[in-house]
Amino acid sequence: MGHLTTLRHPEAAARFAADVPRTHWHDQALWFMRLKRDRAAAQVPEWERLRELAQAIKAHALANLPALLEQFERNATGAGATVHWARDAGEHNRIVHRLLADRGVSRLVKSKSMLTEECGLNPYLEARGVEVVDTDLGERIVQFRGEPPSHIILPAIHVKKEEIGALFHEKLGTAAGASDPKYLTEAARGHLRQKFLAAQAGLTGVNFAVADTGAVVVCTNEGNADMGTALPPLHVACMGLEKIVPRAEDLGVFLRLLARSGTGQPITTYSTHFLGPRPGAELHIVIVDNGRSALLGRDPYRRALSCIRCGACMNTCPVFRRSGGHSYGVTVPGPIGSVLAPAVNPLAHAALPFASTLCGSCADVCPVGIDLHHQLLAWRRELAAAGHVPVVKRLALRLAAWIFASPRRYALAGRLARLALRVLPARLTTRLSGAWGRQRELPVAPAESFHERYRRTHGRA
Amino acid sequence: MPTVALFVPCYVDQFYPQVAEATLRLLERHGCTVEFPEAQTCCGQPMSNSGEAAAAAPLCAHFLDTFQRYQYVVAPSGSCVGMVRHQFADLVPDHPALGKVRAATYELCEFLHDVLGVRRVEGRFPHVVGLHRSCHAQRELRLASGSERQVAPFDKVKTLLGSLEGITLVEPDRTDECCGFGGTFAVAEEAVSCLMGRDRLDDHAKAGAEVITGVDMSCLMHLEGLARREGRPVRILHAAEVLLGEAA
Ligand code: SF4
Repeated sequence: MGHLTTLRHPEAAARFAADVPRTHWHDQALWFMRLKRDRAAAQVPEWERLRELAQAIKAHALANLPALLEQFERNATGAGATVHWARDAGEHNRIVHRLLADRGVSRLVKSKSMLTEECGLNPYLEARGVEVVDTDLGERIVQFRGEPPSHIILPAIHVKKEEIGALFHEKLGTAAGASDPKYLTEAARGHLRQKFLAAQAGLTGVNFAVADTGAVVVCTNEGNADMGTALPPLHVACMGLEKIVPRAEDLGVFLRLLARSGTGQPITTYSTHFLGPRPGAELHIVIVDNGRSALLGRDPYRRALSCIRCGACMNTCPVFRRSGGHSYGVTVPGPIGSVLAPAVNPLAHAALPFASTLCGSCADVCPVGIDLHHQLLAWRRELAAAGHVPVVKRLALRLAAWIFASPRRYALAGRLARLALRVLPARLTTRLSGAWGRQRELPVAPAESFHERYRRTHGRA
Repeated sequence: MPTVALFVPCYVDQFYPQVAEATLRLLERHGCTVEFPEAQTCCGQPMSNSGEAAAAAPLCAHFLDTFQRYQYVVAPSGSCVGMVRHQFADLVPDHPALGKVRAATYELCEFLHDVLGVRRVEGRFPHVVGLHRSCHAQRELRLASGSERQVAPFDKVKTLLGSLEGITLVEPDRTDECCGFGGTFAVAEEAVSCLMGRDRLDDHAKAGAEVITGVDMSCLMHLEGLARREGRPVRILHAAEVLLGEAA
C-alpha cells in the first residue's frame, strides 16, 4: 500500500530479518501452514490430478472470459442481483460509494476482500464519512494498527499475540497484559457483534463467480461474510473479473483445493453461495478490471490470472517467510504478488521479481499450477530489457559475458582472480567482495583450475 | 561404453577443480570414456537468471558449438543442466544443435542413475552425511519427488549416496528447503540469503550431519562460506567427492 511502495524489497527485507528471533517465529508460523497443507494434500489420492483439472478449467475460463462474464451477468441479473462493471479502482470506489450514499449508509461491515485493498476502498469511503469495519479478525487487527494486511489469508500473521493484547487493551478495553488468544478473540467477537448489529450494509469479496448459475461464492473461516450480509438490506459483492468459473460443478475442484492449499483445512468453515438477494434486500455485484484484461493479453503472465488467492505460495516461500509480507510493498505479496505487481507498475516494483531464489517451491504447491518461478524469470528479462535493473549489476554481468565468450579471456581472467585471492590479504579480498563477504568467506582459491590441471595431466598444449 | 563430454561449470573449474576431478574419475570408474572439451567456458546461467538474455545467448551458442558432437554431456551441477534443458530454447531457439545437446546433457547423478542404471556405488564413506537438495536439481530436473508434490517418492541422489558402504544419511527438517544462494540473489538480498543459509546449516547440525553434500557446488559454496565464517565444524563436499569414497 501507499506508504510502503517506495521501499525496495532488499532494504525492507533486511530490516525485517534483522530481528532474527522474530523472523524465525514468523518463518515457523508460516511453515506450520505449509506442513498442514502437505498433510491435507497427502490425504487426497487424486491431488495432482485435481491441480491439473483446476489449471485446465481456469485456462478454459480465461480463454472464454468475455462470454462467461456475460453469461454470469445474465444469470445473476435473472436471480435478482444487479451487476456493475468497473474499469479501474477509481470507478469501483465510486460505484460502491454511490450505492451506499443513495441509501444513506454510513456504517459498513466488510468481510475479507483483497480487491478492495487493491482499490484503496477503505480510505476512499472513510474520507466520505462512512465508517468501515473489517470483520475478519486478522483484518480488524491490522485495521486497528493502521497498516495493510501482510498476507492474503493471514492478514495479521506478522503480529504476536502479546502485541494484539496491548492493541485490544487500547482499542477494546481488554485487561492490561492479557494475551490469551481465546480471551482476546472473545473480546473481538463481542466488539464485532455490535458492529454487525449496527451495520446498514455488508460488503464481501468473492472467491468464485459461477457463470452457469449467476451465484457468487464467498469462503470464510469466521462466518463474518454471513454475519455481515444476513441483517442489512444491502449486500455489495466486489470481484475481479478473473473470479469466473464456468459451472457450479467446477466448485467441486476448487473448493477442495482452496482451503487445503492455504491452511490445510479440508474446506473453509463457511462456503456461502449467494444466488440473488435475500427477500426484501438488495445484492449488487461489482466486477472490476483494474489492469486484469491487459494482463489477459500478455503471455506468459496470463496464467497468473488463474490464481485463487489461497496463500500457499506465500506460506512455502522461504523468502516471504523471512522478509514478511509488508516488505513487498503491494497488496498481494509473495511469489504471485511479484508476478502481478510489475504488470501494474514495472518501475516501482522492479525489485520484486528478483526477490526470489527461483527455488520453484511456489509452483509446486500452487493448486492451479501457475509456473510462478518461470514467470518471475520472464519478468527479469523484461525488466532488464527495459532498463529497470541497476546499471552496475548489468555492466558486471555484461563484462562477465564478454569474458566468457572467449576461452582465452576466460582462462586469463580466472587465473588473475585466483591469483588475487591467493596473494592479497584475506581482509582486503573479503572487503572487495562486498555483500558476499560481509557474512560469508570467499572460496579458497586453488593454484590450478581444472582446465589447467587437465592440460597438464592429459598432455595437450 | 559411452563417450562422455565433461562440462565443468566455470566456478567449479576455477575454485573447485577437485570436484571436476572427482566427476571425471567417477565417470571413468563406471566405464565411461571421458573427454573434456577445452573450449568450454560458462553456460550463461548467471546472466540469464538475472534477465540479461542478450548477454547469455552467445554463451549458450558457444556451449552448443562446443558440445554438439558428443553423445552425452555430463556436468556436476543441477542448475547448469537445468539451464541447458529449460532456458536454452528461449535464448538460442534457432541453433541447429539445440535439440541434440539438450537431450544429451545430464547432471552427474542423474546420468549415473538413469543412463548407466547405477543403483550401487562401490566405495566407503563412513560418515554422517546430510544431503542438501538444491532447488534446480530438485524442481527443474526432478532428481527427487519433492516435498510438495503428491507423487510416488523417489530420490536419485540419495539412492546413490545411500549405497556407499558405512555411510549414515540423516535428514534435516524441511528436507528440500532452499539454501538461499540463488545466484545474484545471494548479493542483492544478502540479509535473507544469509539467514536462509544459516537456517539450513542449523537444520543439518540438528540432524547430526558431519558432512553436508549436494549436487550443486554454488549452493555449497554459499553454505561453506557461512560455515567457515562462524567456525562451524561441518565439512562441505560435492556429491561427486562423496561418491568417490574414501580409501579404506
Ligand atoms: S499463485 Fe497459486 S499458490 Fe499462490 S495464492 Fe495464487 S493460487 Fe495460491
